[in-house]
Amino acid sequence: MPNMSLKKVAIPEQDPKVRARNFQEVSLGYTKEMAMEEAARCLGCKHKPCVSGCPVNVRIPEFIAKVAEGDFEAAYDIIKSTNFLPAVCGRVCPQESQCESKCVRGIKGEPVGIGRLERFVADYAMENIHREAQKPQINGHKVAVIGSGPAGLTCAGDLAQRGYQVTIFEAFHVAGGVLVYGIPQFRLPKEIVEKEVETLRAQGVEIMTNMVMGKVLSIDELFEMGYEAVFVGSGAGLPNFMGIEGEALVGVYSANEYLTRINLMKAYKEDYATPMRKSKNVAVVGGGNVAMDAARSALRMGADNVYIVYRRSLDELPARKEEVHHAMEEGVQFKLLNNPVRILGDEHGQVKAMECIEMQLGEPDASGRRRPVPVEGSNFTLDVDTVIISIGTSPNPLISSTTNGLETNKWGCLVADEHMKTTREGVYAGGDAVTGAATVILAMGAGKTAAESIDQYIKSKAN
Amino acid sequence: MFKIVNQRQLNDAVFLLEVEAPFVAKKAKAGQFVILRMDEKGERVPFTIADTDPEKGTVTIIIQAVGYTTKMLSTLRAGDSILDFAGPLGMPTELEGAKRACVIGGGVGCAIAYPSAKALKANGAHVDVITGFRTKDLVILEKEFQAVSDNLYVTTDDGSYGEKGFVTNKLKALIEDGANYDLVIAIGPVPMMKFVAETTRPYGIKTLVSLNPIMIDGTGMCGCCRVTVDGKTRFACVEGPDFDGHKVDFDELMNRNSVYKEEEREADHKCKIGWGR
Repeated sequence: MPNMSLKKVAIPEQDPKVRARNFQEVSLGYTKEMAMEEAARCLGCKHKPCVSGCPVNVRIPEFIAKVAEGDFEAAYDIIKSTNFLPAVCGRVCPQESQCESKCVRGIKGEPVGIGRLERFVADYAMENIHREAQKPQINGHKVAVIGSGPAGLTCAGDLAQRGYQVTIFEAFHVAGGVLVYGIPQFRLPKEIVEKEVETLRAQGVEIMTNMVMGKVLSIDELFEMGYEAVFVGSGAGLPNFMGIEGEALVGVYSANEYLTRINLMKAYKEDYATPMRKSKNVAVVGGGNVAMDAARSALRMGADNVYIVYRRSLDELPARKEEVHHAMEEGVQFKLLNNPVRILGDEHGQVKAMECIEMQLGEPDASGRRRPVPVEGSNFTLDVDTVIISIGTSPNPLISSTTNGLETNKWGCLVADEHMKTTREGVYAGGDAVTGAATVILAMGAGKTAAESIDQYIKSKAN
Repeated sequence: MFKIVNQRQLNDAVFLLEVEAPFVAKKAKAGQFVILRMDEKGERVPFTIADTDPEKGTVTIIIQAVGYTTKMLSTLRAGDSILDFAGPLGMPTELEGAKRACVIGGGVGCAIAYPSAKALKANGAHVDVITGFRTKDLVILEKEFQAVSDNLYVTTDDGSYGEKGFVTNKLKALIEDGANYDLVIAIGPVPMMKFVAETTRPYGIKTLVSLNPIMIDGTGMCGCCRVTVDGKTRFACVEGPDFDGHKVDFDELMNRNSVYKEEEREADHKCKIGWGR
């Protein structure tokens, strides 16, 4: 008998006032009982609409049925058969616009909490299931993966399972890409990423850190070294600035810098050497997930007032609903329909305020969203000592500029077809490097598709 | 882990580390840099490459112990290891086509100027080198520069060694005497680079400077190292660190480099700004 409650089983969370001042995880996750109760809401639809909403096609109704039975180990095996990073996806996927958006229960009431259940199962497995990693039979072919973010990890994991000898080349000193430098600890604990990376290592994937590809080795050299195919999952790490007056003042950060200092370099921990400005009043410009992460991190770093300055209205905020909701609960102040005009500095070249202008929504633009237009004469200043620019990122040209025959489009994204094949033979690409900044799960989907293509490519060459 | 195979003290505060990093050693060119992290809790700090030995697979960096990380590094000896060492980063210095060059190093900046002088000499250019120090005890790399230059002029601010005065005095005198340089490279403290650029500007001599903004990743990812050159925002880590000295906004760079001064003082002089290059 399904649980016909219209609402998801509530998930325990840290109190907003408390969590706004610490870096521990916001959401505490379901207990076994809660998970089984929520799983009972799934109707087990034969046509599985939810699966079509998942970029890596997790067999959702099957794993949920196992959760409902209390067989969490079986549920884990089902998820893991198509998703290499369930503990990550359960936390950071925008389920509301993917699997859960297709859920029949969502027509009347809330959809099944697929993300919460995935997270529960993954956490349960980390805690309780300790099996020897199965090293697959090596097939003797070598593949290089550039970048150890979600796309690279997924591609490497998939290929390793098929018997390939995979080496991941990572520019930073630690593997994980955006999962370690971008997404904050309170949303995705780094210990979880570490465990997922360890699992890959146990499967035989080699990870070389401190390797800035394009600089230390070119793609041509990788082929010379005996790699038969290369996957480029180098992400979209180049921060965009607004080009307004005052962006070079001390106290203006890109969201990438701000988050990297905190997440990767652990500036929030006393015993780490990376310095951080002690901000009191912080403006974050932008309305995406990264902007929410930066704003919520600023609160946790001890700021008194944190503002999200966004030029459109609440309806157009591109961030996940849950992130916006959490940010509001924690006390982030939303300055909507406001746009920065310039940043003002004091006599020491430090930020002292940001001048903004009010906006109103006009006719819809190319993106289908109503275009914000300035309200003349509505300028005002916001007293802030720190400005964090979070208006998007572009792909890094380090690989494309050093590899012959690798085409990019006008935004600097690598050109790849639906099989993730680039314009250069043997080179595949996926994730933000191809799409521009998008989501973890789309990058994972691309990594998986690329692994399939690379497998076919190498097999076809061998025959 | 990257093993230190050789350590040498050059003066009271400046020392040299030769580090085993075969991939970097094979690729590095004059003007490029590495980013290192000493240990698990360390910051990422950039250092320009002072020399390489591709056969041996080693990279030499020269460090002035002024801040937290650089002081910690100064305690390392041959046989010790550095946890992370990534490179070569940045664009190599453009030395092609130079026939008569003047390479200027200020203080520990000499370490970065040396590979450029060496490469220019190897290209067959006439190379004059001017090095500047506050006082005699701080003079470094004299023998090394002698080997790769046609003329070496050492200056000290107090006249305790070589010629008394600033590098810019010497540079101006050489230009006035008809040195006829087609390239000047200046590497040292930001004010020195600024004044060298001002000195060469009236003569229209191409002047390259190597900038030292604060960096984290060194791959263009954080934008921390942004500098204004010719009115445009440029990322020194990927587009530099060398830029046309006549177009750099040096005052803005000095201001941006002061960002963590307050945190440094609070941390009881534990300099954390990553200003090591």
